[in-house]
Amino acid sequence: MRTAGIDIGSRTIKLVIVENGQMIYSAITDTTHDPLKQCKRLMDQVSFDKILATGYGRHFFETHFDTPTVTEIKAFARGAKALFPSCRTILDIGGQDTKAIALDERGNVSKFEMNDRCAAGTGMFLEVIAKTLGYDLDEFGKEALKADGNIQINSMCTVFAQSEVTSLLARRQRREDIARGIHLAILNRTLSLLKRVSTAPDIVFGGGVAKNPCLKSLLKDALGCEVMIPKDPQIIGAYGAAIIAGD
Amino acid sequence: MEKSDRVGSASGGKDYRLMWKELGLNLEAHDQLLNILGQAYKDIYMTQENRPKGMQYLDFVISEAHGLRIEELMDTKKKGNKVVGTFCVYMPEELILSVGGTCVGLCAGAEIGIDEAEKVLPRNTCALIKSFMGFKLAGLCPYIQASDLVVGETTCDGKKKAYEILNDYKETYVMEIPQMKTERDKVLWRGEIVQFKEKLEQLTGRKVTEENLRQGIKISNDKRRALQRLSTLRKAIPSPISGLDALLVNQIAFYDDPLRFTKSVNDLCDELEERVKNGFGITKNGTPRILVSGSPMAVPNWKVPYIIETSGAIVVAEESCVGERSTRDLVKEDGKTLDEMIDAITDRYLKIDCACFTPNKERIDHIIQLAKDFKVDGVIHYSIQFCTPYTVEAHKVEKALQKKGIPMLKIETDYGMEDMGQLKTRIEAFVEMVRG
Repeated sequence: MRTAGIDIGSRTIKLVIVENGQMIYSAITDTTHDPLKQCKRLMDQVSFDKILATGYGRHFFETHFDTPTVTEIKAFARGAKALFPSCRTILDIGGQDTKAIALDERGNVSKFEMNDRCAAGTGMFLEVIAKTLGYDLDEFGKEALKADGNIQINSMCTVFAQSEVTSLLARRQRREDIARGIHLAILNRTLSLLKRVSTAPDIVFGGGVAKNPCLKSLLKDALGCEVMIPKDPQIIGAYGAAIIAGD
Repeated sequence: MEKSDRVGSASGGKDYRLMWKELGLNLEAHDQLLNILGQAYKDIYMTQENRPKGMQYLDFVISEAHGLRIEELMDTKKKGNKVVGTFCVYMPEELILSVGGTCVGLCAGAEIGIDEAEKVLPRNTCALIKSFMGFKLAGLCPYIQASDLVVGETTCDGKKKAYEILNDYKETYVMEIPQMKTERDKVLWRGEIVQFKEKLEQLTGRKVTEENLRQGIKISNDKRRALQRLSTLRKAIPSPISGLDALLVNQIAFYDDPLRFTKSVNDLCDELEERVKNGFGITKNGTPRILVSGSPMAVPNWKVPYIIETSGAIVVAEESCVGERSTRDLVKEDGKTLDEMIDAITDRYLKIDCACFTPNKERIDHIIQLAKDFKVDGVIHYSIQFCTPYTVEAHKVEKALQKKGIPMLKIETDYGMEDMGQLKTRIEAFVEMVRG
C-alpha cells in the first residue's frame, strides 16, 4: 500500500509517499496565498491509496478532502523516530512555530511545548531579518557562521529586532556579526524551550530552520552533543504522517 | 419559566429593550453582544449530539439570561427584596438568601468592553478582571445594573485593586479573604462574615435569624448536593454528559433561581442516571477523559473545554471555582444557634482551596484525588493569562501529577481567539499523547 503524508505549514507544504515502510517520494512547494491549489498540485503528481494531513493547515485540508489528521507533534515524533531510531528529543523550527518534543524509549511523545502567541525566533523571523541585512536565506546562515563578533540583540519582536538591526548597521557594525547576534538570540530562546522539555540525546533538529548551518553549529556547541539533521529536515512531519497513515 | 423554542439568543423572544434602557445598558452594543453570544452558543452547544433532554432547561435559561431572568430580578426588587452581585465563590450566599435577597454572579467571561477597561486598567491584567470592568464601563451587564450591592473580595491583587476603581462606578463592598488558614485567619474570616451579615441587615432592613439562616443554608446546600450528584454521574465510563454541558450547569448555578435550578439539575440527573444504567455514553468508550483544573470559567468562556471536546476527548470534571471548588463542601446543618451557624459557614468557606492561599497543599491533594476518582487520562491545567496565583501554582500541580504518572498540559490563555490555532494543536497533541 502507498500512503501519503501532507504537512501544510505556514510557509511550505510538504508531501511524502511511503511504500512498504520506505519513503519513495517527496516534494515541497510554497504555501502561497492559495494553499488548496498548492496541495492539489502536489497531489496530482503522484498516486497513493491513503493520505493523512498534518501541520497548521491540517483542518482546512480535512474539510476539503475529508481525510483524517494528526498533529505535527505526533507526526514529527514518528518521522524522527523512523529516520533516527535513537532519537529522544526533537526540535522543530518551522515558519511560525518552534516545538520541542520529548520521546520515551518506545518513541511515544512524553512531553512537548511550543510557542503559542509569538513567532519570535522562527523561520519567518529569520527571513525578515535576513532581508533587512540584505542576505538571501542560504547566505544568511553561512555568513553568520563565519563571523566571530559578539553583538547582543535585545529585541525578539520581529519588528523591534528589525529596527535594532537597522540601527546597528547605521553604527557601522559588520553585517555578519549582526547576523551572528541574531542567531545567538534565537539559540537562547530555543535552548530555554528545549530545557523545559528535554535535552536528552539523541537530538533531532528538523523544520526549515534546520537547514541553517549557523544555528546547527551553535546548538551543537551549547548542548555539547551532536545534533542530528536529516538530509531534508523539512519533510519529517510529512514522512511521519505518511507512516501513521499506514498504521 | 415557560419553555421556549428560541435558543441561542440571550434575549429569548420577548422585547426587553425598555427594561434594558431603564437599567442604563448601552442598547446598541448590547444587541451586538447578544448576537455574538447567541451565535457562539449555537456553534458550540447546539452542534453537540445526544444531549440530555434536561439540558433544554439550561438552553432556555441561557437564552433568557439577559431577558426573563433580569425581569425576575426587577420583580423581586419591586417587592422590596435586594439583589446582590458577586464575583467569587467566597461570597456566603446563605446570608443573602436568609434576608430574602437574590445572589447573582456578575458578567466576567467575555472579551468585551476591553477598550473601556484598558482606560482604567493596565493591559497586562487578567481577562476576567478586564472583562468585568469592561462589562460595567461599556454598560453591557444587566446583572450589575440590577444589583443593589456589589460584593468584591481580596482573592488576588488584580481584583483587589480593580474593585477600588469599580467602586467609582458602582458601590463595591469588599470582603477581606485571608491568605492563610491558621486560627488567626479563621477569626478574621468569621469577623468578615459577621460584618457582611450586618451590611446585609442594614441594606434590607431585615434581621438574619436562626430560622431564615437555617433556610438559607438548606437552599444553598441543596443546590450543591444537586451539583455533586451531577459530578458523581460523570465518574461513569462512558460519561453520560459532555463536559461543555456540565460546565454550563455549573455556570448557570450562579445566575438562576436556586430552588428552580436545583430541581432542574436533579431532573437532569434522573435522566443521566438512566443513561448510566443503560451504559449510554455521550462519547465512545475509550475516549480520553480529561480533568480541567485551574482558573474559573465564567459564561461564555467555553474556549478550552470546546477545543478539548472537539479534539477527541471528553472533560469529566472541572477543578475550578465554576465546578468542584464551589460545590465540594457543604455547610454543616446541625447548628442550633445563630453563632453556631455562622461558625459552620466560616468553616465551610475557609475550605475553598483557591490558589490565592498559601500554602495550598489541599488543592494539589484534591486534584490528585479527582484524577483518581474520575479515572482521568490527563489533566489540562488552565489558567487565565496574568492570573498569578494559578499560573504560578501550575508548577506544583505539574510536579505532583508527574509523581503519580498523570500527564498534564499547561495552558495559559485569555478570552481572545488569537491563539486558537496553537491551542488546538497543543490540545490535540496532548490527546494523542494520552491516548497512546
